[in-house]
Amino acid sequence: MEDLSQYPLELPESDKPMVRFQNVTKRYGALTVLDDLNLDIAEGEMVSIIGPSGSGKTTVLRMLMLERIQGGVIYVDGKPLTHMQQRGRLVQASEKYLRQAREPVGMCFQHFNLFPHMTALQNCMEGPVQVLGMSKKNARERSEELLELVGLIDKKDQHPSRLSGGQQQRVAIARALAMRPKVLLLDEVTSALDPEVIGEVTEVIKGLVSAHNLTIMMVTHQMGFAREISDRVCFFFGGKIEEQGAPADLFDNPQRERTQQFLSAVKSAD
Amino acid sequence: MEWNWEFTWEIMPRMLVATGNTLIAAGLGYSIAIVLGLFLALAQRTPISLLTLIVREFVEFIRSTPLVLQIFFVYYVGPQYGIDLSPWVAGMIAIGLHYSAYLSEVYRGGIESVPVGQWEACRSLSLSTSDTYFRIIIPQALPPSVAGMGNYLVGIFKDTPMLSVIGVAELMHAANAIGGQHYRYLEPYTIVGVIFLLISLPSAGVIRVFETWVRRKLGMI
Repeated sequence: MEDLSQYPLELPESDKPMVRFQNVTKRYGALTVLDDLNLDIAEGEMVSIIGPSGSGKTTVLRMLMLERIQGGVIYVDGKPLTHMQQRGRLVQASEKYLRQAREPVGMCFQHFNLFPHMTALQNCMEGPVQVLGMSKKNARERSEELLELVGLIDKKDQHPSRLSGGQQQRVAIARALAMRPKVLLLDEVTSALDPEVIGEVTEVIKGLVSAHNLTIMMVTHQMGFAREISDRVCFFFGGKIEEQGAPADLFDNPQRERTQQFLSAVKSAD
Repeated sequence: MEWNWEFTWEIMPRMLVATGNTLIAAGLGYSIAIVLGLFLALAQRTPISLLTLIVREFVEFIRSTPLVLQIFFVYYVGPQYGIDLSPWVAGMIAIGLHYSAYLSEVYRGGIESVPVGQWEACRSLSLSTSDTYFRIIIPQALPPSVAGMGNYLVGIFKDTPMLSVIGVAELMHAANAIGGQHYRYLEPYTIVGVIFLLISLPSAGVIRVFETWVRRKLGMI
């Protein structure tokens, strides 16, 4: 068992990033996917995560939302997410605590995962009404605003099966935003899209970055897009951050050999 | 022995009343099975492994023993432990329990057919477990379950004659009684067969229509 007393119960105001991964290790059986990860993400920062498949980049997001970790602690907005306080000590978070602690974190998926039996509007209202306890009227107003923002207000009464991939992903973004998250996780949100509709989704994301003080972590294969909108890019390799930095530095002047290899491989594939 | 139309018409009112009872028995039993089956399916998905194991074994036990034994058991063994049930109550418990085991398997298959991404989306919205099941997963598990549920509706309907062994006044029971009184079995049994056929035959079509209706209602086509 790991000694959890080395981790603070809460992060102090003077050193409080929006997301902190501290010594985080994630294993699937004998396979270590993330190895002693330390990563801070500041409030309002837009961080892109790139790397070859199997490098653990998607796992970084999934640990904030879907999965338990085997070592270390993750903090969101200064509070532990993976652990909770009990009698002045950190212990493994219960399901109930996790559900609550994850409320400030929203996520969009590669395959959208919209609820197929609900309209676009109902998809957006589901979280606010059921989880935040908002009135239907207020949730509807908020959802309509967000569908307006992603340019789909005229499709609000359509079911996902009637929408294109790009439209579904925009509804999924609106659905995630309806929970007023502080952190938004974007997991390869353009990977399953036809090339001609990728633009409509990236436009929406660009709008979010400029207009809202939203912290965004994005796993992507689109290097051009990552470069254009990120404050920082992290290159993952073998479950660790191999190199990170401002997009211009990392893309134009990569220091590590693996980064150089990866970027040139991606470039020649384009 | 020749078919006697006069006798046929004479016993028809009694047969039709019994048909009503058969439909009520099937309907009640199915209602019990539909609800109980869902709980049996959900209980097998809880993280409590002991509960999962007990329910799993219970379902296996019910499915591996004859319905008629279960009916006898509830009706005749119950009173020896002070549980005195009327034929109707005992019959509904037995047949409802029996079919709940089958329906739980149908639900299980339906729930497992819902893509894992739907669970992840629920998690990403922090939906509670009950909201996740009842608002998101089960509605989607329904369309692929309708065909199997329909099969067991026809099944429970055709199994109601077994309730005659404990004296529930359904069709088979009425036919037996009429036959015994008049020493004529041809007409009552034939009528039973025809009535079952008339109700069972169109049901496959009705179920298909219902399945399409459910999908449309849920906006999934």
